[in-house]
Formats: sequence, structure tokens, C-alpha cells
Amino acid sequence: MKRLRNFAQALAATCLALSVAPAFADKANDTLKVAFTGEINNVDSYFNTTRGGVVLQRAIWDGLVHRDTATGEYVGNLATSWEWIDDTTLEFKLREGVVFHDGSPFTADDVVGTVEFIANPDSGVVTQRFVSWLAGAEKIDDLTVRLNLAEVFPSALEYLSGPISIYPSDYYAEVGPDGMGLKPIGTGPYRVESVKPGESYLLKKNEDYFDGPKGSPDIGTIDIRTIPDVNTQIAELFTGNINVAWRLPSDLAQKLDGTPGVMVTSASSIRVGFLMMDSAGRTGDTPLTDVRVRQAINHAINRQEMVDSLLKGGSKVVNTPCFPEQFGCVQEYVEYQYDPEKAKALLAEAGYDDGLSIEIYAFSNQDYVEAVAGYLSQVGITLDIKMLKFPAVLDKMMNDAAPMVFMSSGSWSLNDVSAIISEFFKHGAVDFARDDEILEWLDVADTAVDPEVRKEYYGKAIMKITEQAYWAPMFSYNTFYAFTDDVDYTPTNDEILHFVNMKWK
Amino acid sequence: MINFVLRRLGLALLVSLTVSFLSFMLIFLSGDPAVAIAGEGASMADIEAVRSQYGFDRPILVQYFAWLGQAVQGNFGNSYYFNLPVTDLVADRLSVTVKLGLCGMGFALITAIPLGVIAAMRPNSIVDRTALLFSVVGQAIPSFWFGLILIVVFAVQLRWLPASGTDSWKNFVMPTIVLGYYAMPAIMRLTRAGMLDVLNSDFIRTARAKGSSELRVMFKHGLRNAIIPVVSLAAVQMGFMLGGSIVVESIFALNGAGYLAWESIARNDLPTVQALILIFSMFYIVFTLIADVLNACLDPRMRSS
Repeated sequence: MKRLRNFAQALAATCLALSVAPAFADKANDTLKVAFTGEINNVDSYFNTTRGGVVLQRAIWDGLVHRDTATGEYVGNLATSWEWIDDTTLEFKLREGVVFHDGSPFTADDVVGTVEFIANPDSGVVTQRFVSWLAGAEKIDDLTVRLNLAEVFPSALEYLSGPISIYPSDYYAEVGPDGMGLKPIGTGPYRVESVKPGESYLLKKNEDYFDGPKGSPDIGTIDIRTIPDVNTQIAELFTGNINVAWRLPSDLAQKLDGTPGVMVTSASSIRVGFLMMDSAGRTGDTPLTDVRVRQAINHAINRQEMVDSLLKGGSKVVNTPCFPEQFGCVQEYVEYQYDPEKAKALLAEAGYDDGLSIEIYAFSNQDYVEAVAGYLSQVGITLDIKMLKFPAVLDKMMNDAAPMVFMSSGSWSLNDVSAIISEFFKHGAVDFARDDEILEWLDVADTAVDPEVRKEYYGKAIMKITEQAYWAPMFSYNTFYAFTDDVDYTPTNDEILHFVNMKWK
Repeated sequence: MINFVLRRLGLALLVSLTVSFLSFMLIFLSGDPAVAIAGEGASMADIEAVRSQYGFDRPILVQYFAWLGQAVQGNFGNSYYFNLPVTDLVADRLSVTVKLGLCGMGFALITAIPLGVIAAMRPNSIVDRTALLFSVVGQAIPSFWFGLILIVVFAVQLRWLPASGTDSWKNFVMPTIVLGYYAMPAIMRLTRAGMLDVLNSDFIRTARAKGSSELRVMFKHGLRNAIIPVVSLAAVQMGFMLGGSIVVESIFALNGAGYLAWESIARNDLPTVQALILIFSMFYIVFTLIADVLNACLDPRMRSS
């Protein structure tokens, strides 16, 4: 059935690609129509867990600081300057003259109100990892505010430039997260005209947007609709009923490429795919506790071939348990070249000349998992693939029932390795290695203020993780975008659509 | 008759309760709801916070009865995913699904019954064979494929109809055809078989001998008797359409209840799934009941039993 469906989709896509002269999009009425695949749970970004919600967050609200995606540097956004008072106190001077979409002025009270709300565990912020480092905030004067940190947290600016947006505190206190989700108000380049939960979102250009580092919005209206089926999105792209489709499967993107009127682009993404192996023996007696078996698995997979034939675009082979451009992702590691003979030799040395069989759990990218199984079968390892829903896989991991998992992490678009290495190697339920030495190093790296010290200790951890082959790091992902050819936009590597940077050609 | 209806309603209530209990258990079996709510990539702390906030640390039976206690008062709670009242969410999505279901069923009946009658009038003729081919194709084509082909032809090439959305009646044309065509073959085949059976019986010969017109013989004497099993089948199909048009809703981006149910299961959104399952099972039960009553009207013999 699945194969039939794939075939049907391929055929339909081919019919589309061959037969169609695309219509002109809605440049005339200045409306950019965008398709989202999944339903956004809550537009209030502190209660959102979806990628689409992050896109809306960046359009509707602003953070205190902004990270320039090209240079990686932090510049002021709602703040103009900042200063570390001590290791856990950060003082901001705020931008003057900024107004919220409802006309109320932005002041230090809004920063204090927002931070006090999200720092309070009782507020029920779903994405605790983004906010738990904050203890509170105090107003110094109308345009000066101090953030108090709950702990030494060197990546504070990264978080303040990403997931932490400033809300109008009076309005938020009045309507709460549900009200904010239905009628969001921020300072951002786009204001919200209407929200139909899970279905559609209508944004209008904020004419009063301040002259900030994000740039100024150009397109008048952004009309976002949920279209679950990718093929339908493509059909709508051809008819000009949508202008933007994103996160397309690579095979479909390849077929679309070269169709007149449609422009397919890709950007490498911060997302990294990897195999996790039960080296700590949590699932009981497994061959994966033997480092030679794990190294053999690393040697057996032809990652370059997978990148070239399956992922394509800007994706690259990755040798570290993190995205190479992330802060702290030191590129010094033990490399495992594709070498099936060496893999066989290592397995023989470990006493597995007759082959072995391992269960692997995965929740997405079945094609990648099947390719891995293909490579491993050539060295005598049989993978028993279990495709489950994400919660079910995590359930297995937490209950020590998954010897091997194919996983990917987008580090929540954070440009700091603490969002991936520290998440997976600090003895939490998803830590398959449980290495005490690595835990110690990560504790130092996560809380050191000096960037050089952080790099040194993350580097030590990366070296040991690769030496011990705790993971088989595979590749960075690639996000495919399709636009009607009147849209002018260069995608970024953070898996986010930045409406503010989109223009008509 | 009233007794009959009351008894069936009582039974319906028990069936709904059983269904809701089983689905509650199944959702817990399929994975930890706290993990689903916290979302992909959530940290352990996030998940723990969610677990205690939503009370997943209580025994499942306690959680079920807490839900039931609220549900019987008409309070289905808030969706774990959207954090909005389930009642509003479901009512909104259900209107699309009901529209689609009624249109689809209407389309199926309008095409299937005349085709079945015509096929039965000339068994094994070209007309019969063509009708057979038409229905076999309908049975064999997967809806997602048929839907995509319609989109390619009518939305992309001819530009007659929109491919997705719910803005106007035009959005419902293709989904109606896809959904209706899927239900049509069974109804058509059953009508044909029933008609063939009836047309060979004595009372039809009598009617013809009386000199009744062929049209009157077919529709007054023939169809009325042949249609009884069709009514039962159509009722079951209707229940299926109102709960199961997931594929059609997803291809044409209709944002209906079927798609909501499908997505809510994946997200372990218990309150939404529970409310929808209750409603879908009620649909089945009510439509089967309506079919029984209709049959009782069509066939007086059934009233006494």
C-alpha cells in the first residue's frame, strides 16, 4: 500500500511537472500565500511546540537581541545595548519609541512582566528548556532593565535572540496564553489580523515597525493556510493559490525543480541526524556495549552516498554529535571512513563473525533508516526496523527498551551545542552512553562564562563521544523550499521562514 | 415502535461507553501522552512538568472516571494540543465533515440507485457491463490517487475548481465525488442484485399482467422491495463517511473532524479523541437506528418483529 501510494504520488507529481504552465501569483494584491503542513497548537510562542509556530513568533514579536544569521553576531533589537553586571545579572538599555501593535508603548515594564511570567514554573510554559534559566527581572528605569539568571548561563544571548520574545505585559496579564494565542499582539514586523486555530493565520504588515536589525517588512499581507498533503500544496503552487511551500521531501523538490514559474531552493539546516546506540547496556545484554561493534557500525555506513542520493541539496556528512557551525561544535574528532572490510574485521574481533541482529527504533525518515539497514546488512548486521510514532519511540527510550534509535535534532534552532550535546549526554533518560567523564566536562562547559573554556570542554566531550563511537553521527539536513518565481527570498539555515525578508521581484 | 426505539437507544448508550473506555485505554497503550504534549525534542524536565500538570501520574482508571464525570455534564474539557474547549473545536470541524458526508452520500445514492435499476433491467447487456465496470473501478481506485488526479485535471489544468480549502461550494465538488464514488459501488451492486431478485418474483409478473407501466413496475413494486438492504448499507456507509473521510479531508485540506481525529490520535490529545470517538460512535448508532425505522416503514413485516 505504501509503495502504491509512493508510486501514485510520483506519477501525480510527474503529471503536474510535465503538463502545467503555472499561473501568476498574488503579487497584484500584495498577498503572499503560504502553506503549512502541520497544525500550530498555540500561536503564543511559550505554548507552541511546532516549527510553524516559531515562524509566526519571529514575525509577530521581537526579542531583546537579534542574531545576524550571516555573521552569527548578536546585535540589539528591542534592546540597544547590554552589559553583564555579574555572572548572573544582565542589564539592558531598551530602544526608545517602540510601540506594540495595539498602539501601547514598549517599556521596561513589558520586559519585567514577560520575564516574571515565563520564569515562574506555575505559569505552565510548555517549552521549559527555553526559560528555566531565568529567575526574574527588575526595572531600573523606563528604559533600563536587569535580568536575573537562575544559574550561570553563558548562552543567554542566544536564547534571548531566539525563543524569548517580549509581550505587552498588561495585555498578557489580562488575556493570558489562550487569549494571546487567538489575538496575538507584539512589536514585530507583522501584526495578526485573524487566527483560526489549526487552520489559517492572516498577517498584515506593521506600518509602524521600528528601524531594527530584522529589516523592514515589504509584503503587505501574509495568508497562511494548513494544507496537510504535500501534493496538494504543489498543485496549489501551480495554480498560484499559494506562493510558498517549505520543508518539502527531497524527491518531490527534485521533480519540481526546473518547472517554469516555480523556483526550488534549499538551505542547509542546523538539523543533524544520528544513530544512538545503547553503549551503557540499559536494554540488557546487547552487542552494542562493545566499542568495536559501535565502531564497526560507524565504518559500515556510506554517509556520503546517502547525502548524495537521498538528502541532496545543502546537506553534508557530519562527524560530530552536533552541527559543525554551532558554537562549541569543535571540529576535532575521530573520523570513521566508509570501510566495510574494516567493519567486518572489527566485528570478527568482537566475536561476531556469524553476524548479529539489532532492533532499531525510528519515528521519521524511514528511507534513511532502510538505507542504513542496507549498509549494515553488508557487514553481517541485521537491523530489525520498528517505525513508531514519536511519543512511542520516546517511551521506549525512557523505559530502556530501545537498543538503537535513529534520531534527529534541530537544536531548536539554537546556535549553541548545549542544545544538543548537553541534552543527550547528561545522564537524562535519552542518554544512551551514561559516561561520567562526559557529564563532568559538560557541567563545566555549560556553566563557564569564558567562551574559550566552554569550547575546550565541549571539545573534550566531542573527542570522547567519537572515540567511543557512542553515536554514529550521520549528516546535516537540508530544507527544501518552493516559491512562485515572483518571490524574492534567500532561505536561512535555521529552518525558519522570515517573512520580513521576503519581497516581490 | 416506541419501545423498540427506546431499547435501541439504551443499547446505544452502553455501546458508546464501551467504545470510549476502550479508546481511552488504547491511547495510553500507544505511548505517554505527556511526551506527545511536550512535543518533539522536549527535555525530560518539560515532560515531567506536563505529566504532573495534566495529572497523568494518577491511575488510568481514576483518570477515565474523572473524564467521564465531566463528559456526562457536557464538559469535554480543553484539547491538550490547542488548549481550547473541545466542544468549540469539534463543532467547528464537524460542520465541514457533515457537509462533506451528506454531499458524498447524496452523490453516491443519486448515481448508484438509478444505475443499479438500469443494470437490473437489462442484465448482462452492454449497459449492465458498463455499470459494472464503473463500479469496479470505483471500488478499486484508492481515494488519495483519485483525489490527486481530479486535482491535476480540474484544479491545475482546467482551473475550474480550487484544489484546497473550504471557502465556497466549489471546494466541495471534488471531495464529494471522491468520497461518493468510493461508497457508490456497493450500493449500486446491492440495488442491482435486489432488483434482479425482486423482478423474478411472482408479484412483479402479476403487476405486469395487470398492465402496469414498466416505470411503475420498476419503481413502485420493484425498487420499494429491493431497496431494504440498500437502506441498511447506506446507513452504515453514512456513519463511515462522517467518521472516516480522513484521506479526503487531508488531500483537499478541508480541516474536518476526520482529519482532526487522525491528528489528535497522533498527538495523544485525549479529550479531543474521546469526544470525537463518542460522536462518531453515536453517528453509527443513530444511523443504524434510522435505517431500522426506515425499513420498518418500507416493510410492514419488520414492525412486528
